[in-house]
Amino acid sequence: MGKLDLVMFEEEFTQLQEIIGRLQVDSSSKVVFLVDKNGQQIAASGDLRSIDATSLASLTAGNVAATDGLAKLIGEKEFSLLFHEGEKDNLHISIVGKRGILVVLFDHNSSLALVRLRVKKASRELQEIFEMVEKRAQSQSGESSKFESPFSEITDEDIDKLFGD
Amino acid sequence: MTFINYASREINCKIVYYGPGLCGKTTNIQWIHEQASPEKRGKLVSLATETDRTLFFDFLPLDMGMVKGFKVRFHLYTVPGQVFYDASRKLILRGCDGVIFVADSQRARLEANIESIANLATNLKDNGFDIRNIPYVLQLNKRDMPTSAPLGEMERLLRFRNEPMIEAVANKGTGVIETLKACARQILMDLQRN
Ligand SMILES: Nc1nc2c(ncn2[C@@H]2O[C@H](COP(=O)(O)OP(=O)(O)O)[C@@H](O)[C@H]2O)c(=O)[nH]1
Ligand SMILES: [Mg+2]
Repeated sequence: MGKLDLVMFEEEFTQLQEIIGRLQVDSSSKVVFLVDKNGQQIAASGDLRSIDATSLASLTAGNVAATDGLAKLIGEKEFSLLFHEGEKDNLHISIVGKRGILVVLFDHNSSLALVRLRVKKASRELQEIFEMVEKRAQSQSGESSKFESPFSEITDEDIDKLFGD
Repeated sequence: MTFINYASREINCKIVYYGPGLCGKTTNIQWIHEQASPEKRGKLVSLATETDRTLFFDFLPLDMGMVKGFKVRFHLYTVPGQVFYDASRKLILRGCDGVIFVADSQRARLEANIESIANLATNLKDNGFDIRNIPYVLQLNKRDMPTSAPLGEMERLLRFRNEPMIEAVANKGTGVIETLKACARQILMDLQRN
């Protein structure tokens, strides 16, 4: 635990993106997000223009974290599903593997039953990819040399530049 | 946990502002929000009570620019300071890359600062981190208060690992960016080592 960085490569990212895209179409939902449990967006699909995706990711993670805390309080491992029903739009939030959160935003063009069904299938596929990413991370933490970090030469100047001076 | 995305060429870092109630955590990120140019900053989300006390967290995403061809984004979080929100504080530390401890310089709050650092150590440990080696900055805030304790005394009581120590008046913006920068530097230098 602790400091195990999540490193995502092109091919994995493309696969995740594909699954998310398919889920969004198959479930007739408006938007689908894949978010990390720490609040960072991993992938998204659908009409994103009307949504502040960064805030959504952070608040979803906060929500899941709080719900996890509640689960532990009453002796459950976790609640694997959260559902928020609105007047027009609904949010279906589910846990994928150890670190993923899948968020589906849908309205009357879909239904909870359909979303549930499609999420189930997509979750399995997503989980496989997560496991792959994790496995690679673990094998690399042993022999870090094989993986050339692009950040091996960060200088003080690079950091000054980030802060605009 | 830094999230490095090679596909979109982004690095995301999570930085948590920690400290006792009313020490100025929210003020720090409010000032950063006001000062950052609109294309750099995201929306400031505050989960607060009606009286403006942080209930769960404040959140501010910041696009910092490029390093080595990667877009660097900071996610700034504050925790609720009051003692009874401990469960929430622990959750917010999950997956953090660095911590900024905001100390309240007022003499009457010295004890609260010490307790809060001890609480931080425990909550970091429960999240699998070690307060002795995680990127960490000590900000001495409210230096403008007439009741503030002398610098030397605060250092003796609160500084424990030769961490960067920065004097601040957060509501005036003094020391705010410097503090963030000191934390960012450690995080990015850490990436380099790993
Ligand atoms: N005089 C003075 N007041 C400050 C300073 N920083 C914050 N404050 C005030 O302290 C109060 C509590 O600040 P806040 O950021 O809400 O504390 P938090 O509980 O740590 O989030 C607010 O009224 C701030 O305006 C400072 O450096 N000097
Ligand atoms: Mg606050």
